[in-house]
Amino acid sequence: MLHETRAAYGEILQELAALDKNVVAFDADLSKSTKTAEIKKVDPKRHFNAGIAEANMMGMAAGMAVSGKLVFASSFAVFASGRPYEIIRNSIAYPKLNVKICATHAGVSVGEDGASHQAIADIAIMRALPNMRVYVVSDYYETKALIRHVAKIDGPCYVRMQRGKSEDIYDESSTFDFDKVRVLNKGKDICVFACGLMVQEALRAAAILKKEGIDITVCEVVSIKPLDEKGVTDLIAAHKYNFTFEEHSIIGGLYGAIAEAASKAPTNPLYPLGLNDVFGSSGKAKDVLEKYGLCADHLVKVIKEKIK
Amino acid sequence: MDKLELKKHARNVRKKIIEMVYAAQSGHPGGSLSAADILTYLYYEVMDVNKDNLESKDRDRFVLSKGHASPALYGILDEMGLLEEDITSFRQIGSKLQGHPSMEFLKGVDMSTGSLGQGASVAVGMALANKLDGVPYRVYCLVGDGECQEGLVWEALMAAHNYHLNNLVYILDYNDLQIDGRIEEVMDPTPFKEKFEAFGLRVYECDGHDFDDIESVFKAIEKDDDRPAMIIAYTIKGKGVSFMEGQAQWHGVAPNAEQYQEAMTELSEEVI
Repeated sequence: MLHETRAAYGEILQELAALDKNVVAFDADLSKSTKTAEIKKVDPKRHFNAGIAEANMMGMAAGMAVSGKLVFASSFAVFASGRPYEIIRNSIAYPKLNVKICATHAGVSVGEDGASHQAIADIAIMRALPNMRVYVVSDYYETKALIRHVAKIDGPCYVRMQRGKSEDIYDESSTFDFDKVRVLNKGKDICVFACGLMVQEALRAAAILKKEGIDITVCEVVSIKPLDEKGVTDLIAAHKYNFTFEEHSIIGGLYGAIAEAASKAPTNPLYPLGLNDVFGSSGKAKDVLEKYGLCADHLVKVIKEKIK
Repeated sequence: MDKLELKKHARNVRKKIIEMVYAAQSGHPGGSLSAADILTYLYYEVMDVNKDNLESKDRDRFVLSKGHASPALYGILDEMGLLEEDITSFRQIGSKLQGHPSMEFLKGVDMSTGSLGQGASVAVGMALANKLDGVPYRVYCLVGDGECQEGLVWEALMAAHNYHLNNLVYILDYNDLQIDGRIEEVMDPTPFKEKFEAFGLRVYECDGHDFDDIESVFKAIEKDDDRPAMIIAYTIKGKGVSFMEGQAQWHGVAPNAEQYQEAMTELSEEVI
Protein backbone atom coordinates (compact mmCIF):
# COMPACT_ATOMS: atom_id res chain seq x y z
CA MET A 1 0.00 0.00 0.00
CA LEU A 2 1.02 3.59 -0.60
CA HIS A 3 0.72 6.27 2.06
CA GLU A 4 1.96 9.79 2.72
CA THR A 5 4.46 10.30 5.54
CA ARG A 6 3.12 13.81 6.06
CA ALA A 7 -0.38 12.41 6.57
CA ALA A 8 1.01 10.42 9.49
CA TYR A 9 2.49 13.64 10.87
CA GLY A 10 -0.91 15.34 10.77
CA GLU A 11 -2.60 12.42 12.52
CA ILE A 12 -0.05 12.22 15.33
CA LEU A 13 -0.05 15.99 15.75
CA GLN A 14 -3.76 15.69 16.55
CA GLU A 15 -3.13 12.79 18.89
CA LEU A 16 -0.43 14.69 20.78
CA ALA A 17 -2.46 17.89 20.93
CA ALA A 18 -5.41 16.00 22.41
CA LEU A 19 -3.16 14.54 25.10
CA ASP A 20 -1.15 17.64 25.96
CA LYS A 21 -2.45 21.21 25.97
CA ASN A 22 1.12 22.49 25.65
CA VAL A 23 1.39 21.19 22.08
CA VAL A 24 1.23 23.98 19.48
CA ALA A 25 1.91 24.05 15.75
CA PHE A 26 3.34 26.73 13.48
CA ASP A 27 3.20 26.95 9.74
CA ALA A 28 4.11 29.40 7.00
CA ASP A 29 1.12 29.39 4.68
CA LEU A 30 1.42 25.72 3.75
CA SER A 31 -0.63 24.22 6.55
CA LYS A 32 -2.77 22.02 4.31
CA SER A 33 0.29 20.62 2.54
CA THR A 34 2.42 20.10 5.63
CA LYS A 35 -0.66 18.87 7.56
CA THR A 36 -0.16 21.15 10.57
CA ALA A 37 -3.75 22.29 9.88
CA GLU A 38 -4.84 18.95 11.35
CA ILE A 39 -4.21 20.27 14.86
CA LYS A 40 -7.12 22.67 14.34
CA LYS A 41 -9.49 19.71 14.60
CA VAL A 42 -8.40 19.40 18.20
CA ASP A 43 -7.97 23.09 19.04
CA PRO A 44 -7.89 25.86 16.41
CA LYS A 45 -6.29 28.23 18.94
CA ARG A 46 -3.13 26.15 18.96
CA HIS A 47 -2.37 26.56 15.28
CA PHE A 48 -0.35 29.63 14.35
CA ASN A 49 0.14 30.71 10.78
CA ALA A 50 3.22 32.90 10.41
CA GLY A 51 2.29 33.77 6.87
CA ILE A 52 5.00 33.61 4.25
CA ALA A 53 7.70 34.47 6.77
CA GLU A 54 9.65 31.38 7.77
CA ALA A 55 12.31 33.27 9.69
CA ASN A 56 9.72 34.83 11.96
CA MET A 57 7.94 31.49 12.25
CA MET A 58 11.08 29.98 13.77
CA GLY A 59 11.58 33.01 16.02
CA MET A 60 8.01 32.76 17.30
CA ALA A 61 8.41 29.00 17.69
CA ALA A 62 11.47 29.65 19.85
CA GLY A 63 9.51 32.14 21.95
CA MET A 64 6.73 29.61 22.50
CA ALA A 65 9.26 26.93 23.44
CA VAL A 66 11.09 29.19 25.89
CA SER A 67 7.68 29.70 27.48
CA GLY A 68 7.28 25.95 28.00
CA LYS A 69 5.35 24.89 24.91
CA LEU A 70 6.04 21.77 22.84
CA VAL A 71 6.31 23.33 19.42
CA PHE A 72 5.96 21.77 15.99
CA ALA A 73 6.98 24.06 13.12
CA SER A 74 6.57 23.09 9.50
CA SER A 75 7.13 24.17 5.96
CA PHE A 76 8.61 22.63 2.85
CA ALA A 77 12.11 21.41 3.70
CA VAL A 78 13.83 24.12 1.64
CA PHE A 79 12.01 26.87 3.51
CA ALA A 80 12.02 25.13 6.89
CA SER A 81 15.80 24.71 6.94
CA GLY A 82 17.38 27.18 4.54
CA ARG A 83 15.56 30.47 4.85
CA PRO A 84 15.44 30.47 8.66
CA TYR A 85 18.74 28.65 9.16
CA GLU A 86 20.37 31.28 11.32
CA ILE A 87 17.28 31.75 13.47
CA ILE A 88 17.22 27.98 14.00
CA ARG A 89 20.93 28.14 14.85
CA ASN A 90 20.86 31.01 17.33
CA SER A 91 17.34 30.97 18.75
CA ILE A 92 16.52 27.22 18.76
CA ALA A 93 19.63 25.02 18.63
CA TYR A 94 21.96 27.16 20.78
CA PRO A 95 19.44 27.61 23.64
CA LYS A 96 18.33 23.93 23.20
CA LEU A 97 14.68 24.85 22.83
CA ASN A 98 11.95 22.28 22.41
CA VAL A 99 11.06 22.89 18.78
CA LYS A 100 10.36 20.03 16.37
CA ILE A 101 11.03 21.23 12.85
CA CYS A 102 8.92 18.85 10.78
CA ALA A 103 9.81 19.52 7.18
CA THR A 104 7.82 18.07 4.32
CA HIS A 105 8.41 18.03 0.54
CA ALA A 106 12.09 17.18 0.89
CA GLY A 107 14.27 16.02 -1.97
CA VAL A 108 13.80 16.01 -5.74
CA SER A 109 10.61 13.92 -5.50
CA VAL A 110 8.87 17.28 -5.02
CA GLY A 111 8.82 16.95 -8.79
CA GLU A 112 7.20 19.59 -10.97
CA ASP A 113 8.06 22.62 -8.82
CA GLY A 114 11.72 22.17 -9.69
CA ALA A 115 15.05 22.91 -8.05
CA SER A 116 13.96 26.02 -6.11
CA HIS A 117 11.59 23.85 -4.07
CA GLN A 118 13.70 20.70 -3.77
CA ALA A 119 15.71 20.51 -0.54
CA ILE A 120 18.96 18.70 -1.26
CA ALA A 121 21.23 19.94 1.52
CA ASP A 122 18.86 20.22 4.50
CA ILE A 123 20.21 17.13 6.26
CA ALA A 124 23.74 18.54 5.92
CA ILE A 125 22.99 21.97 7.35
CA MET A 126 20.76 20.71 10.15
CA ARG A 127 23.20 17.96 11.08
CA ALA A 128 26.02 20.46 11.51
CA LEU A 129 24.15 22.30 14.27
CA PRO A 130 25.06 21.34 17.85
CA ASN A 131 22.06 20.07 19.91
CA MET A 132 20.04 19.30 16.75
CA ARG A 133 18.82 15.76 16.11
CA VAL A 134 18.08 14.79 12.51
CA TYR A 135 15.64 12.08 11.40
CA VAL A 136 14.58 10.93 7.94
CA VAL A 137 11.44 8.84 7.62
CA SER A 138 10.60 6.27 4.96
CA ASP A 139 6.99 5.30 5.47
CA TYR A 140 3.69 6.20 7.07
CA TYR A 141 3.84 3.86 10.09
CA GLU A 142 7.40 4.76 10.93
CA THR A 143 6.49 8.46 10.75
CA LYS A 144 3.70 7.95 13.28
CA ALA A 145 6.12 6.31 15.68
CA LEU A 146 8.83 8.88 15.07
CA ILE A 147 6.59 11.90 15.71
CA ARG A 148 5.54 10.33 19.03
CA HIS A 149 9.23 9.67 19.72
CA VAL A 150 10.45 13.23 19.05
CA ALA A 151 7.60 14.64 21.17
CA LYS A 152 9.20 12.88 24.15
CA ILE A 153 12.67 14.30 23.49
CA ASP A 154 13.37 17.58 25.27
CA GLY A 155 15.24 19.59 22.65
CA PRO A 156 15.40 20.56 19.00
CA CYS A 157 14.75 17.95 16.31
CA TYR A 158 14.59 18.07 12.52
CA VAL A 159 12.29 15.54 10.85
CA ARG A 160 12.45 15.10 7.08
CA MET A 161 9.39 13.91 5.16
CA GLN A 162 8.51 13.64 1.48
CA ARG A 163 5.74 15.13 -0.59
CA GLY A 164 4.52 12.00 -2.34
CA LYS A 165 3.30 8.63 -1.21
CA SER A 166 5.73 5.90 -0.33
CA GLU A 167 5.41 2.16 -0.12
CA ASP A 168 4.49 0.77 3.29
CA ILE A 169 7.51 -0.90 4.77
CA TYR A 170 6.11 -1.39 8.26
CA ASP A 171 2.63 -1.82 9.69
CA GLU A 172 0.62 -0.76 12.69
CA SER A 173 2.18 -3.51 14.83
CA SER A 174 5.80 -2.60 14.02
CA THR A 175 8.05 -1.47 16.84
CA PHE A 176 10.93 0.92 16.42
CA ASP A 177 14.26 1.61 18.05
CA PHE A 178 15.26 4.87 16.44
CA ASP A 179 18.66 4.84 18.08
CA LYS A 180 19.70 1.84 15.98
CA VAL A 181 20.33 1.20 12.31
CA ARG A 182 17.69 -1.29 11.18
CA VAL A 183 18.46 -4.27 8.96
CA LEU A 184 15.47 -4.84 6.69
CA ASN A 185 16.96 -7.49 4.46
CA LYS A 186 19.90 -9.73 5.25
CA GLY A 187 22.34 -10.56 2.48
CA LYS A 188 26.06 -11.02 2.16
CA ASP A 189 29.03 -9.10 0.77
CA ILE A 190 26.87 -6.11 -0.25
CA CYS A 191 25.22 -3.65 2.11
CA VAL A 192 23.05 -0.65 1.23
CA PHE A 193 22.36 2.03 3.83
CA ALA A 194 19.25 3.92 2.80
CA CYS A 195 17.08 6.67 4.22
CA GLY A 196 13.75 8.22 3.31
CA LEU A 197 12.22 7.37 -0.02
CA MET A 198 15.33 5.43 -1.04
CA VAL A 199 14.50 2.68 1.46
CA GLN A 200 11.68 1.41 -0.77
CA GLU A 201 13.99 1.63 -3.82
CA ALA A 202 16.74 -0.29 -2.03
CA LEU A 203 14.24 -3.02 -1.11
CA ARG A 204 13.09 -3.19 -4.74
CA ALA A 205 16.71 -3.47 -5.85
CA ALA A 206 17.20 -6.31 -3.36
CA ALA A 207 14.22 -8.14 -4.86
CA ILE A 208 15.56 -7.68 -8.39
CA LEU A 209 19.04 -8.85 -7.44
CA LYS A 210 17.69 -11.81 -5.50
CA LYS A 211 16.20 -13.19 -8.71
CA GLU A 212 19.70 -13.09 -10.14
CA GLY A 213 21.11 -14.92 -7.18
CA ILE A 214 22.61 -11.88 -5.46
CA ASP A 215 21.59 -11.32 -1.84
CA ILE A 216 22.15 -7.82 -0.54
CA THR A 217 21.73 -6.39 2.91
CA VAL A 218 19.42 -3.37 3.11
CA CYS A 219 19.48 -1.18 6.20
CA GLU A 220 17.42 1.84 7.08
CA VAL A 221 19.02 4.75 8.89
CA VAL A 222 16.30 6.95 10.39
CA SER A 223 18.44 8.79 12.91
CA ILE A 224 21.16 10.51 10.90
CA LYS A 225 22.11 12.29 14.09
CA PRO A 226 22.78 10.87 16.54
CA LEU A 227 24.06 8.10 14.30
CA ASP A 228 24.31 4.48 15.44
CA GLU A 229 28.05 4.52 14.78
CA LYS A 230 28.69 1.02 16.08
CA GLY A 231 25.80 -0.39 14.10
CA VAL A 232 26.94 1.10 10.81
CA THR A 233 30.65 0.38 11.27
CA ASP A 234 29.94 -3.24 12.23
CA LEU A 235 27.83 -3.64 9.10
CA ILE A 236 30.51 -2.08 6.92
CA ALA A 237 33.12 -4.39 8.42
CA ALA A 238 30.87 -7.36 7.67
CA HIS A 239 30.29 -6.49 4.00
CA LYS A 240 32.80 -6.23 1.18
CA TYR A 241 30.87 -3.55 -0.70
CA ASN A 242 28.91 -0.83 1.01
CA PHE A 243 26.66 1.86 -0.44
CA THR A 244 24.70 4.80 0.87
CA PHE A 245 21.49 5.71 -0.91
CA GLU A 246 19.76 9.03 -0.26
CA GLU A 247 17.53 11.61 -1.88
CA HIS A 248 19.95 14.34 -0.83
CA SER A 249 23.35 15.64 -1.83
CA ILE A 250 26.11 13.12 -1.24
CA ILE A 251 27.83 15.98 0.59
CA GLY A 252 27.02 16.11 4.28
CA GLY A 253 23.97 13.86 4.40
CA LEU A 254 23.67 10.11 4.98
CA TYR A 255 26.91 9.43 3.13
CA GLY A 256 28.67 12.20 5.01
CA ALA A 257 27.47 10.92 8.38
CA ILE A 258 28.33 7.27 7.76
CA ALA A 259 31.64 8.04 6.03
CA GLU A 260 32.69 10.20 8.97
CA ALA A 261 31.91 7.37 11.38
CA ALA A 262 33.55 4.70 9.22
CA SER A 263 36.72 6.70 8.65
CA LYS A 264 37.67 6.35 12.32
CA ALA A 265 38.58 2.70 11.70
CA PRO A 266 38.28 2.04 7.97
CA THR A 267 37.46 -1.51 6.94
CA ASN A 268 35.59 -1.95 3.66
CA PRO A 269 34.81 0.67 1.02
CA LEU A 270 31.66 2.82 1.10
CA TYR A 271 30.22 4.24 -2.14
CA PRO A 272 27.73 7.12 -2.28
CA LEU A 273 24.53 7.18 -4.29
CA GLY A 274 22.62 10.43 -4.17
CA LEU A 275 22.73 13.84 -5.81
CA ASN A 276 26.26 14.40 -7.04
CA ASP A 277 26.60 18.04 -6.01
CA VAL A 278 23.85 19.17 -8.37
CA PHE A 279 20.44 20.81 -8.04
CA GLY A 280 17.33 18.95 -9.11
CA SER A 281 14.90 19.94 -11.86
CA SER A 282 11.22 19.84 -12.86
CA GLY A 283 9.31 16.79 -13.98
CA LYS A 284 7.07 14.07 -12.64
CA ALA A 285 8.55 12.77 -9.39
CA LYS A 286 9.29 9.36 -10.89
CA ASP A 287 11.06 10.92 -13.90
CA VAL A 288 13.11 13.28 -11.77
CA LEU A 289 14.16 10.50 -9.41
CA GLU A 290 15.23 8.36 -12.35
CA LYS A 291 17.15 11.27 -13.93
CA TYR A 292 19.37 11.47 -10.85
CA GLY A 293 19.72 7.74 -10.38
CA LEU A 294 17.49 7.66 -7.32
CA CYS A 295 15.70 4.44 -8.24
CA ALA A 296 16.04 0.68 -7.79
CA ASP A 297 17.24 0.07 -11.36
CA HIS A 298 20.16 2.45 -10.99
CA LEU A 299 21.16 0.94 -7.67
CA VAL A 300 21.08 -2.53 -9.25
CA LYS A 301 23.29 -1.30 -12.09
CA VAL A 302 25.84 0.33 -9.78
CA ILE A 303 26.03 -2.73 -7.53
CA LYS A 304 26.59 -5.03 -10.49
CA GLU A 305 29.35 -2.79 -11.85
CA LYS A 306 31.14 -2.72 -8.51
CA ILE A 307 31.11 -6.45 -7.90
CA LYS A 308 32.06 -7.38 -11.47
CA MET B 1 11.27 54.59 43.84
CA ASP B 2 12.64 58.11 44.26
CA LYS B 3 14.12 59.45 41.00
CA LEU B 4 17.38 60.23 42.76
CA GLU B 5 17.65 56.57 43.78
CA LEU B 6 17.02 55.48 40.19
CA LYS B 7 19.74 57.83 39.00
CA LYS B 8 22.17 56.35 41.51
CA HIS B 9 21.36 52.84 40.36
CA ALA B 10 21.76 53.85 36.71
CA ARG B 11 25.13 55.41 37.51
CA ASN B 12 26.23 52.19 39.18
CA VAL B 13 25.09 50.20 36.16
CA ARG B 14 27.21 52.48 33.95
CA LYS B 15 30.23 51.95 36.18
CA LYS B 16 29.72 48.21 35.93
CA ILE B 17 29.49 48.44 32.15
CA ILE B 18 32.83 50.23 32.00
CA GLU B 19 34.40 47.79 34.49
CA MET B 20 33.25 44.79 32.47
CA VAL B 21 34.37 46.06 29.11
CA TYR B 22 37.67 47.29 30.52
CA ALA B 23 38.41 44.00 32.29
CA ALA B 24 37.57 41.99 29.17
CA GLN B 25 39.26 44.51 26.86
CA SER B 26 36.34 43.59 24.66
CA GLY B 27 32.62 44.33 24.42
CA HIS B 28 30.20 47.07 23.48
CA PRO B 29 30.19 50.11 25.78
CA GLY B 30 28.34 52.63 23.55
CA GLY B 31 25.02 50.82 23.14
CA SER B 32 25.15 49.49 26.70
CA LEU B 33 25.49 52.99 28.16
CA SER B 34 22.64 54.28 25.99
CA ALA B 35 20.33 51.57 27.37
CA ALA B 36 21.36 51.87 31.04
CA ASP B 37 18.57 54.21 32.17
CA ILE B 38 15.86 52.28 30.34
CA LEU B 39 16.96 48.98 31.88
CA THR B 40 17.25 50.55 35.31
CA TYR B 41 13.68 51.81 35.14
CA LEU B 42 12.37 48.57 33.64
CA TYR B 43 13.96 46.31 36.25
CA TYR B 44 13.36 48.49 39.31
CA GLU B 45 9.98 49.99 38.50
CA VAL B 46 8.17 47.86 35.96
CA MET B 47 9.13 44.18 36.08
CA ASP B 48 8.81 42.16 39.25
CA VAL B 49 12.06 40.19 39.09
CA ASN B 50 13.66 38.89 42.25
CA LYS B 51 15.83 36.05 43.53
CA ASP B 52 12.83 33.77 44.03
CA ASN B 53 11.32 34.11 40.57
CA LEU B 54 14.53 34.57 38.58
CA GLU B 55 14.12 31.29 36.70
CA SER B 56 10.34 31.37 36.56
CA LYS B 57 8.26 31.93 33.44
CA ASP B 58 5.45 33.22 35.64
CA ARG B 59 6.54 36.83 35.66
CA ASP B 60 7.17 39.67 33.25
CA ARG B 61 10.12 38.77 31.04
CA PHE B 62 12.73 40.73 29.13
CA VAL B 63 14.41 40.04 25.81
CA LEU B 64 17.56 41.99 24.98
CA SER B 65 17.24 41.78 21.23
CA LYS B 66 20.30 44.01 20.86
CA GLY B 67 22.29 41.31 22.64
CA HIS B 68 25.61 43.10 22.30
CA ALA B 69 24.41 45.42 25.08
CA SER B 70 24.91 42.47 27.45
CA PRO B 71 26.97 44.59 29.91
CA ALA B 72 23.84 46.67 30.53
CA LEU B 73 21.80 43.54 31.31
CA TYR B 74 24.52 42.00 33.49
CA GLY B 75 24.99 45.41 35.11
CA ILE B 76 21.36 45.78 36.15
CA LEU B 77 21.15 42.16 37.36
CA ASP B 78 24.28 42.73 39.45
CA GLU B 79 23.00 46.04 40.78
CA MET B 80 19.84 44.27 41.96
CA GLY B 81 21.85 41.52 43.63
CA LEU B 82 20.67 38.88 41.16
CA LEU B 83 24.05 37.99 39.71
CA GLU B 84 26.29 35.41 41.36
CA GLU B 85 29.11 35.78 38.87
CA ASP B 86 31.92 38.32 39.30
CA ILE B 87 31.25 40.93 36.62
CA THR B 88 34.94 41.19 35.74
CA SER B 89 34.78 37.64 34.38
CA PHE B 90 32.74 39.07 31.47
CA ARG B 91 33.75 37.46 28.16
CA GLN B 92 36.43 35.32 29.85
CA ILE B 93 36.80 31.59 29.42
CA GLY B 94 34.42 29.65 31.68
CA SER B 95 32.38 32.72 32.61
CA LYS B 96 28.60 32.68 32.70
CA LEU B 97 28.75 36.21 31.37
CA GLN B 98 29.03 35.33 27.71
CA GLY B 99 29.76 38.01 25.14
CA HIS B 100 26.10 37.92 24.19
CA PRO B 101 23.55 36.74 26.78
CA SER B 102 23.03 32.98 27.02
CA MET B 103 20.18 31.52 29.05
CA GLU B 104 22.04 28.22 29.10
CA PHE B 105 24.73 29.69 31.32
CA LEU B 106 23.08 32.48 33.23
CA LYS B 107 19.93 32.56 35.36
CA GLY B 108 18.03 35.76 34.74
CA VAL B 109 18.59 35.77 31.01
CA ASP B 110 15.06 35.15 29.74
CA MET B 111 16.18 34.41 26.18
CA SER B 112 19.55 33.93 24.51
CA THR B 113 20.23 36.68 22.02
CA GLY B 114 23.04 38.12 19.97
CA SER B 115 22.02 37.78 16.35
CA LEU B 116 20.15 40.97 15.59
CA GLY B 117 16.45 40.85 14.80
CA GLN B 118 15.88 37.49 16.43
CA GLY B 119 14.91 38.68 19.91
CA ALA B 120 12.14 40.82 18.43
CA SER B 121 10.72 37.71 16.79
CA VAL B 122 11.12 35.43 19.81
CA ALA B 123 9.38 38.04 21.99
CA VAL B 124 6.29 37.62 19.79
CA GLY B 125 6.25 33.89 20.54
CA MET B 126 6.66 34.53 24.27
CA ALA B 127 3.79 37.01 24.29
CA LEU B 128 1.67 34.58 22.25
CA ALA B 129 2.33 31.85 24.81
CA ASN B 130 1.18 34.18 27.61
CA LYS B 131 -2.02 34.89 25.66
CA LEU B 132 -2.60 31.19 25.06
CA ASP B 133 -2.14 30.44 28.77
CA GLY B 134 -4.28 33.40 29.77
CA VAL B 135 -1.62 34.78 32.11
CA PRO B 136 -1.22 38.52 32.64
CA TYR B 137 2.55 38.73 32.32
CA ARG B 138 4.15 41.04 29.82
CA VAL B 139 7.12 40.66 27.52
CA TYR B 140 9.47 43.61 27.18
CA CYS B 141 11.93 43.67 24.32
CA LEU B 142 14.73 46.17 23.71
CA VAL B 143 15.66 46.62 20.06
CA GLY B 144 18.40 48.75 18.56
CA ASP B 145 17.78 51.39 15.92
CA GLY B 146 20.35 49.92 13.56
CA GLU B 147 18.84 46.53 14.31
CA CYS B 148 15.68 47.69 12.54
CA GLN B 149 17.58 47.27 9.29
CA GLU B 150 17.01 43.54 9.80
CA GLY B 151 13.89 42.40 7.93
CA LEU B 152 13.04 40.01 10.75
CA VAL B 153 12.16 42.94 13.03
CA TRP B 154 9.40 43.95 10.64
CA GLU B 155 8.17 40.39 10.25
CA ALA B 156 7.94 40.28 14.04
CA LEU B 157 6.02 43.57 14.24
CA MET B 158 3.63 42.35 11.55
CA ALA B 159 2.92 39.25 13.64
CA ALA B 160 2.63 41.23 16.91
CA HIS B 161 -0.05 43.35 15.26
CA ASN B 162 -1.73 40.33 13.69
CA TYR B 163 -2.11 38.61 17.05
CA HIS B 164 -3.13 41.80 18.93
CA LEU B 165 -0.31 41.31 21.41
CA ASN B 166 -1.08 44.10 23.85
CA ASN B 167 1.08 42.21 26.36
CA LEU B 168 4.17 42.94 24.28
CA VAL B 169 6.16 46.14 24.73
CA TYR B 170 9.06 46.99 22.47
CA ILE B 171 11.51 49.69 23.43
CA LEU B 172 13.66 51.22 20.71
CA ASP B 173 17.08 52.41 21.86
CA TYR B 174 17.28 55.24 19.35
CA ASN B 175 20.88 56.42 19.77
CA ASP B 176 21.19 57.07 16.03
CA LEU B 177 24.53 55.30 15.66
CA GLN B 178 25.72 51.92 14.46
CA ILE B 179 29.21 50.54 13.84
CA ASP B 180 29.70 52.21 10.50
CA GLY B 181 28.19 55.56 11.41
CA ARG B 182 24.80 57.31 11.65
CA ILE B 183 21.98 54.92 10.92
CA GLU B 184 20.47 57.26 8.33
CA GLU B 185 23.75 57.26 6.43
CA VAL B 186 24.43 53.51 6.59
CA MET B 187 20.90 52.34 5.66
CA ASP B 188 18.08 54.62 6.62
CA PRO B 189 15.38 52.77 8.63
CA THR B 190 13.48 55.99 9.50
CA PRO B 191 10.95 57.47 9.98
CA PHE B 192 10.42 55.09 12.89
CA LYS B 193 7.23 56.52 14.37
CA GLU B 194 5.31 56.51 11.11
CA LYS B 195 6.56 53.03 10.18
CA PHE B 196 5.72 51.52 13.57
CA GLU B 197 2.26 53.11 13.45
CA ALA B 198 1.73 51.81 9.94
CA PHE B 199 2.62 48.34 11.25
CA GLY B 200 -0.24 48.64 13.75
CA LEU B 201 1.64 49.47 16.93
CA ARG B 202 0.78 52.22 19.39
CA VAL B 203 3.84 54.39 19.60
CA TYR B 204 5.13 56.44 22.52
CA GLU B 205 8.20 58.64 22.63
CA CYS B 206 10.45 59.63 25.49
CA ASP B 207 13.86 60.91 26.42
CA GLY B 208 15.60 57.63 27.24
CA HIS B 209 17.73 59.31 29.90
CA ASP B 210 15.00 61.24 31.75
CA PHE B 211 13.30 59.14 34.41
CA ASP B 212 10.26 61.45 34.61
CA ASP B 213 9.77 61.06 30.89
CA ILE B 214 10.39 57.29 30.97
CA GLU B 215 7.92 56.98 33.83
CA SER B 216 5.25 58.91 31.92
CA VAL B 217 5.39 56.57 28.90
CA PHE B 218 5.36 53.44 31.02
CA LYS B 219 2.26 54.85 32.75
CA ALA B 220 0.70 55.71 29.40
CA ILE B 221 1.06 52.15 28.05
CA GLU B 222 -1.03 50.87 30.96
CA LYS B 223 -4.21 52.11 29.35
CA ASP B 224 -6.43 49.51 27.78
CA ASP B 225 -5.55 48.86 24.15
CA ASP B 226 -5.39 45.76 21.99
CA ARG B 227 -2.24 46.80 20.15
CA PRO B 228 1.38 45.99 20.95
CA ALA B 229 3.32 48.99 22.20
CA MET B 230 6.50 50.60 20.95
CA ILE B 231 8.38 53.09 23.08
CA ILE B 232 10.83 55.12 21.04
CA ALA B 233 13.48 56.13 23.54
CA TYR B 234 15.72 58.91 22.28
CA THR B 235 19.13 58.13 23.68
CA ILE B 236 22.78 59.06 23.39
CA LYS B 237 25.28 56.38 22.53
CA GLY B 238 27.95 56.25 25.23
CA LYS B 239 25.76 58.31 27.62
CA GLY B 240 27.50 59.20 30.87
CA VAL B 241 31.07 59.05 29.64
CA SER B 242 31.69 62.34 27.84
CA PHE B 243 34.39 61.15 25.47
CA MET B 244 32.22 58.21 24.37
CA GLU B 245 29.00 60.19 23.89
CA GLY B 246 27.72 60.37 20.33
CA GLN B 247 30.78 58.57 18.98
CA ALA B 248 30.18 55.58 16.72
CA GLN B 249 33.73 54.37 17.28
CA TRP B 250 32.80 53.48 20.88
CA HIS B 251 30.28 50.91 19.65
CA GLY B 252 32.52 47.95 20.23
CA VAL B 253 35.84 49.17 21.60
CA ALA B 254 37.22 48.82 25.13
CA PRO B 255 38.86 51.74 26.94
CA ASN B 256 42.57 51.64 27.78
CA ALA B 257 43.81 52.19 31.36
CA GLU B 258 43.84 55.95 31.09
CA GLN B 259 40.42 56.11 29.47
CA TYR B 260 39.07 53.69 32.04
CA GLN B 261 40.22 55.95 34.90
CA GLU B 262 38.78 58.97 33.18
CA ALA B 263 35.44 57.26 32.65
CA MET B 264 35.23 55.94 36.21
CA THR B 265 36.19 59.33 37.65
CA GLU B 266 33.58 61.03 35.56
CA LEU B 267 30.91 58.53 36.59
CA SER B 268 31.88 58.97 40.26
CA GLU B 269 31.74 62.74 40.07
CA GLU B 270 28.57 62.86 38.04
CA VAL B 271 26.24 65.41 39.53
CA ILE B 272 22.96 63.74 40.27
